[in-house]
Amino acid sequence: MNKGDGIYPDDLKYTREHEWISVQGNVGSIGITHYAQEELGDIVYVEVPKTGTPVVAGEEFGTVESVKAVSEIYAPVSGEVVATNPALAEHPETINKDPYGEGWLIKIRLADLEDVKGLMSVAEYRKFIEDEAN
Amino acid sequence: MQETAGSLKKTPLHGLFKEMGARLVDFAGWELPVQFTSVLDEHRAVREAAGLFDVSHMGEIEVRGPGALALVQRLTCNDAARLVPGRAQYSVLTTERGTFVDDILVYRRGGRDFLLVVNAANTAKDFAWIAPGASGDAEVIDASARFAQLAIQGPRSEAILQECTRIPLAGMKSYHFAEVDVRGVPALVSRTGYTGEDGFEIYLSPGAAVDLYRALIQAGRSLGLKPCGLGARDTLRLEAAMPLYGNDVDDTTTVLEAGLGRLVRFEKGEFAGREALGRQKAAGLDRILAGFDLQERGIARHGHAAIAQGREIGRVTSGTLSPTLKKSIGLAYLPPRLAATGTRFAVAIREREVAATVVPTPFYQRPR
Repeated sequence: MNKGDGIYPDDLKYTREHEWISVQGNVGSIGITHYAQEELGDIVYVEVPKTGTPVVAGEEFGTVESVKAVSEIYAPVSGEVVATNPALAEHPETINKDPYGEGWLIKIRLADLEDVKGLMSVAEYRKFIEDEAN
Repeated sequence: MQETAGSLKKTPLHGLFKEMGARLVDFAGWELPVQFTSVLDEHRAVREAAGLFDVSHMGEIEVRGPGALALVQRLTCNDAARLVPGRAQYSVLTTERGTFVDDILVYRRGGRDFLLVVNAANTAKDFAWIAPGASGDAEVIDASARFAQLAIQGPRSEAILQECTRIPLAGMKSYHFAEVDVRGVPALVSRTGYTGEDGFEIYLSPGAAVDLYRALIQAGRSLGLKPCGLGARDTLRLEAAMPLYGNDVDDTTTVLEAGLGRLVRFEKGEFAGREALGRQKAAGLDRILAGFDLQERGIARHGHAAIAQGREIGRVTSGTLSPTLKKSIGLAYLPPRLAATGTRFAVAIREREVAATVVPTPFYQRPR
């Protein structure tokens, strides 16, 4: 992945709450976007559900905190958590450094692959954050 | 200092901050930088080297005349008579209930000349509170528009600021100040701050603020000085357990509950709130502001409940992950019997109850 300029990779799908998802087979890796990590600033704490927890598209499943703010993270798709990023407990700042790579949050086994179709493409997401800024 | 444009007020540094790419936010009606690069980097710079803050949003109220001391004494709980010219003190503008109209710095510039430095959000309220005390003997002037204020904080502050002034700063003690020329401009320079580090606050004419800001950045470049925003200011002050008006103290909390009994000088004579505070001292407190840290992962935030034996015993007023100590710290109002160092309780962080222990404050004390 990480095509395009690297700030918003072409091969990801995006949400209005600034999460991204990369789907391979029926498993999606999920994280927060460059925009989200920059808005938050230095990330110092991450809370995500344990493996096996069900999540529902559009609902809050965890939080990412910077020194100054708490931000909820929402599930882009429904399914079950099959992995969490073990590196983030000790090094949450990884999200700032590499939001689409080492800074992934969780992996979800999708209940329905159709969920992805409702998400934004990179072009739509770029337009969305431009509109949001204005 | 204020210059109204659009809905948010701007300090003289506003244009420069935009050029510098600072992230600007609305703070108490002012558009101010929350960070330049990173709150953590800016925080570390202040602890290890130096940081430069624009705090021009703070308000300045002058009280002058033969009755100035008497008026300041009546309105504040600390003893302003103990100040000789050239000294400043931390104090509280108290209500008759002994609660905070504001927490302030009182500078004595002369026998009959005081400068009260107040929180930005409270400037209008404080002036309205103080002004009715004016008389033929005491003038009360909102001088906020005549002052910009820069704060240089951190162990290398003295060396950096010394580049910009001839007065020897090494001789200036904590809470002392001098009215001197800084780069040829008259300024009031005090050894004060809101970070728990050594440092200075510089009050000067708004028109001279950009020049001094640039000069200090230049002088500090090789010494690790960083421009700092409100984000670092908040984490720094919390590590030093300095209260933030609106978060930790306000007009519902008394000076004694805030743990600031050292500022209440009953022996000085009459002042607003003296009777109420005296009664509270005699009767004992129902709650006191205590420091705590968390034993488990999580960050306590303003408004979270403090829980003991399944019952809410108080509320968190401030909390953060301490960048220096690398652990979660916070302040909460707790019943005094549960506020002794070592007492365990829990903080309700969303759906979790996170183990907390009362610890002594300040959380961080600078090496001396």
